[in-house]
Parts: sequence; structure tokens; C-alpha cells
Amino acid sequence: QGKFTLLRDTRTDGSFLVHHFLSFYLRAGCKVCFVALLQSFSHYNIVAQKLGVSLTAAKERGQLVFLEGLKSCLDLLFGEEEEQSGQPSPLQFMSESASNLKALFDFVRTSLTPTGSDSWKGPVLLVDDLSVLLSLGATPVAVLDFIHYCRVAVCSQLKGNIVVLVHSNEDSEDEENELVVNSLCHHSDLILWVEGLATGFCKDVHGQIKIIRRVSLELTAEQDHIQIYQYKIQDKNVTFFARGLSAAVL
Amino acid sequence: LVFTEEDKYGLYSNLLFKYFLAEGVVCGHHLFVASAKDHPDNILKELPAPLLDDTHRNELGEEATAVKSEDFQDSMKIAWRYQNLPKIEASPTTSTKFGHYYDVSKTMSPELSQSTKWHSFYLPEELSSQPKMKTCNMNSAYARLLHSIQRIIYQEGFDGSDPQKKQKTILRIGIQSLGSMLWGDDICSNDTPEDIHSLTKFLYVLRGLLRKSLSACIITVPAHLIQNKAIMERVTNLSDTVVGLESFIGSERETNPLYKDYHGLVHVHQIPRLNSLICDVSDTKDLAFRLKRKLFTIERLHLPPDLSDTVSRASKQDLAESAKLLSSGCGAMAIGKKHLDF
Repeated sequence: QGKFTLLRDTRTDGSFLVHHFLSFYLRAGCKVCFVALLQSFSHYNIVAQKLGVSLTAAKERGQLVFLEGLKSCLDLLFGEEEEQSGQPSPLQFMSESASNLKALFDFVRTSLTPTGSDSWKGPVLLVDDLSVLLSLGATPVAVLDFIHYCRVAVCSQLKGNIVVLVHSNEDSEDEENELVVNSLCHHSDLILWVEGLATGFCKDVHGQIKIIRRVSLELTAEQDHIQIYQYKIQDKNVTFFARGLSAAVL
Repeated sequence: LVFTEEDKYGLYSNLLFKYFLAEGVVCGHHLFVASAKDHPDNILKELPAPLLDDTHRNELGEEATAVKSEDFQDSMKIAWRYQNLPKIEASPTTSTKFGHYYDVSKTMSPELSQSTKWHSFYLPEELSSQPKMKTCNMNSAYARLLHSIQRIIYQEGFDGSDPQKKQKTILRIGIQSLGSMLWGDDICSNDTPEDIHSLTKFLYVLRGLLRKSLSACIITVPAHLIQNKAIMERVTNLSDTVVGLESFIGSERETNPLYKDYHGLVHVHQIPRLNSLICDVSDTKDLAFRLKRKLFTIERLHLPPDLSDTVSRASKQDLAESAKLLSSGCGAMAIGKKHLDF
């Protein structure tokens, strides 16, 4: 409870983890607020169905609050002048010069605050992916502030979890992105770092995942626990195995 | 969607661009009521206006590139880089026939091209009209282009919003030389551009439009001119497919015996991972293209056998270097940055 998990990918695509967490939390009966900035609803829906969860059903019973970034952005740019009943668009920062993600935060907070009739277990905020906010004009400080506010609201006050996906690259020239990613790494309780293999492309092993449990944050003078596994993604499943022991080798 | 990049001359990228459009015309003819665009078949060098346009192709860019190619033949060259950035959203109703072949030495007959329905967006003409519109702090040329695309999608019923206007075809959108100075964006000329976010915002909104409608899009971008590499990374993140073309014209590779059969390399940087956990990765990553008199082909890069008697250091080094390039895979799967030397 109250944990902040950072999904980080380098030179490969870590979105399979996002799909996993989405279906995992939905199956566990948590209320999920999914800020999906990169892909459309139907993409997530189709993959979730392969994993055994129906997003449309979850939306209907109120378990899932889905913010489809692409659609909101279109409404913002092409929508009619009059706003609907005082609800500002969560992506309002795109059209304002002050890049302040407050509207987005308000959206998250209102969707996860439990109403009287809710019977879900802890709230969860899932973001895919944070690096897109930088591309849309938010400053790194605004993004970090947003995450900070979300942590206070979701992790501390509501005792929920947050899972965020970011992209990073070791020799990246995108300094703003690296700033955000490094800062988030320092504050996370758990980091799942997905990387491409150092030796290049391989058909049987799609990459490696480093699981870093930030035990050092608990001030018990222990080092972080790091585990490394390799994985292969299949159509409905991802298999993990110890390094060097992929099915192709055994 | 193959994006072409032309090292600096835009020749091959235009060719690919035209292929995309021509495919639209041809498909339209046989299978759909095309509202897609089409394109000129093409005479390679003859880029200007008579080529037919397609839905949303920027003719201005086309002409400008034509002018540039003439100029650049004589002028100084910059180190080759690539022009890339394609973005495509394949709609669920695209034709299953996998494409057609085109003869690059002839242009498409006017009857064929005229039978397709096309829309165009030519920037100088659009700039003269001044309708007020929301821009979300984006470059006004991009904003106009987006509004124009959205209007066509809505009017022609590609987004399914109007049940009366059920569209049976897809809209093929081609945008040429996005990000270049002709669009009013200074990312190609300045290291710290005034508005870094215009291009990425544009792409995001375009992606939204594509996802919501039955359309596919190809964009060519002179990436070799963009100084700020962070933009390229963000742009790659926002696109479905990214391919770079690197032509050998004017680089030392032109005379390299390893590459004598080819005119350039194709770098596939990213392939779409839509609606599933994995993407369909082909076995080979090393592709090269060549332009024969009638045909433009993309094939696997074969290194010629090393038949030299003398073990010359230079060529061995080249071999190792090209082998290093060969091992770089596309971004959707793992890429290694170190190369194991054997």
C-alpha cells in the first residue's frame, strides 16, 4: 500500500508492463485511474482482453477511470468553444502558456477519491507514459510537481499505489527527460527497469528486466535489492527466466 | 510506411513518398472509392506541380525539395544523416492485397490519377486566408494543417461520426518535409529553437486524428537538419513506425566496394506495436535499397565476399564498421549498444 513504482525502459518498449499492471490491479478489485497518453483506448482494451480482463466492463462498473489523452487533446483543439459544465479539460496545459498540470491532477484526484457507494480496494494511479507530457509542452518541474501532488494524494492520503512508465536512454540528449527520470528514480519504492540486451537483437530473449527494491529508502542501512531476469514476450504472456537460461538455450 | 530519408537531397524519400501515394490511387481504383490520395507516378526529378496530389500533400515542400536538389548538387554537403520520420496508422480496413509495383520511369496516366478524389493543402495559399482558430500554442502552419485534416476527415466521414456518410475507403495522408523552415519552424536551423514543442504537439494531435479515423499517414522530415536531438527522440516516441533512409550519394560509402550494388541503406528504427504485446519483427535488420531504371527495391544487405588476396586493413575495418551498423536493431525490440567483436 502507498507504494510508488517506476517502470523505466531503455532502448526497448516496456509497455507490456503497463498492460500487466492494468490487468493485475483490475483483477485484484482496485479502483484504477489510468492516464493513457500514448495509445488509444481500443489498443489497451484489445491487449487486456488477451490477458483476460475487459476494460469496457470495468469502465461501466466504475472500477476504471480512463483518460484517453489522444481524444482529450482533439477535443481541446477542435472542440466547440463552450465548455461542458465547467469541467476544464485535463490536458488544458497544452493551450495555456503557463505549463501547469493542475487540471490533470484535479482529474486524478476526483477520480480516485472514494465516493460513498464504492466498495473497491485501494486506489491505483497508472500513467502511460510520463515522457509524453514533456513533448506536449510541460516543463520538467511541472511534471515533477504533478507527480509529487499525486503521491501526496494517492499514496499518503488514500493509501493507494502509483505506477508510472517513463522512457530513458543512457546517452540521451533529451536532458529534460533525463532530469525527470532521475528524480523519479530517487523517489521510487520499486523500479522495474526494462532494457534491451547489450549484445543486440535476439529472437528468443527480448530483453532483460532489473527489479530494484529500494530498501535503502527505509533507513535501515541496507542496500537496494537488485534482481535481474531476462524475458521473452509472447502473444498473451511474458515469460521470465534467469539470465542465460532461455528456453532456446536449454 | 517507409520513410525516406534522403541524405540530403531528398531524391529517394520523394520516391517513397510517391509510392505511398500511388498505392493509394491504385487501390482506390480497384477496391475503394478512393478518397485517398494519390500520387504521381513519377518522374523522379520532375517534382513540381504537375504531379498529382494527394490528400494533404504539401506541394510547397515538394517544389522546394526539387529546387534544393538542383542546388545541392553543386553546393557543399553536410555529413549525411537522415531524413526520417514516418508515422502511420494502419486502419483496420486497409486492403489485404499487399501493394503493387510501380514503374518509376513512367508517370501514371492522367485518367487514373484523376479518378481519385484528393485534397491538397498548399501552405502559401492557406496562409493568405486568415480564419481564427485555436492553436494550443503551436506553430500556426501546423495548426492550420491539423484543422484542415480534421475538417476533411469530418466532412468526408472518415471518423464515423456521421452515420449517413459511411466511408469505405481510407484516407492516405502524406506530409512532406515537415519541420523544415518552409513550415515556419526553426528547429532545422537553430540549436535552441524558439518553440521546441510545436512539432511534437503536432504529431500528438495528428496521432489522435489518425487513431480516431480511417486514415494512414506518411511524413517525411529532414532529420539531418534538426540540430536538437532531443526532438528526434521525442518524435520517435510519438510515432508508430520510424524508418530512415540513408543514401550513399556524396558520402564515402559511395565508393566503398561493400556497397557497390546499392544506393543506400534503410534503417528501421521502430515498428508499430499495436493491439498486442509484441510486434512482428522480421528476421533481418539490414536492408539496403537500390534504384534501377524502372524499379526501386529494398532488399537485404549482402556483403560481398571478401575475395581480396591482400588482407588490407582499410577494407577490414570498413567491414567491421558496417557490421557494427548491421547489428543495430529497431527500437521496438532490444538494441545493443556494444558490439561483440569477434
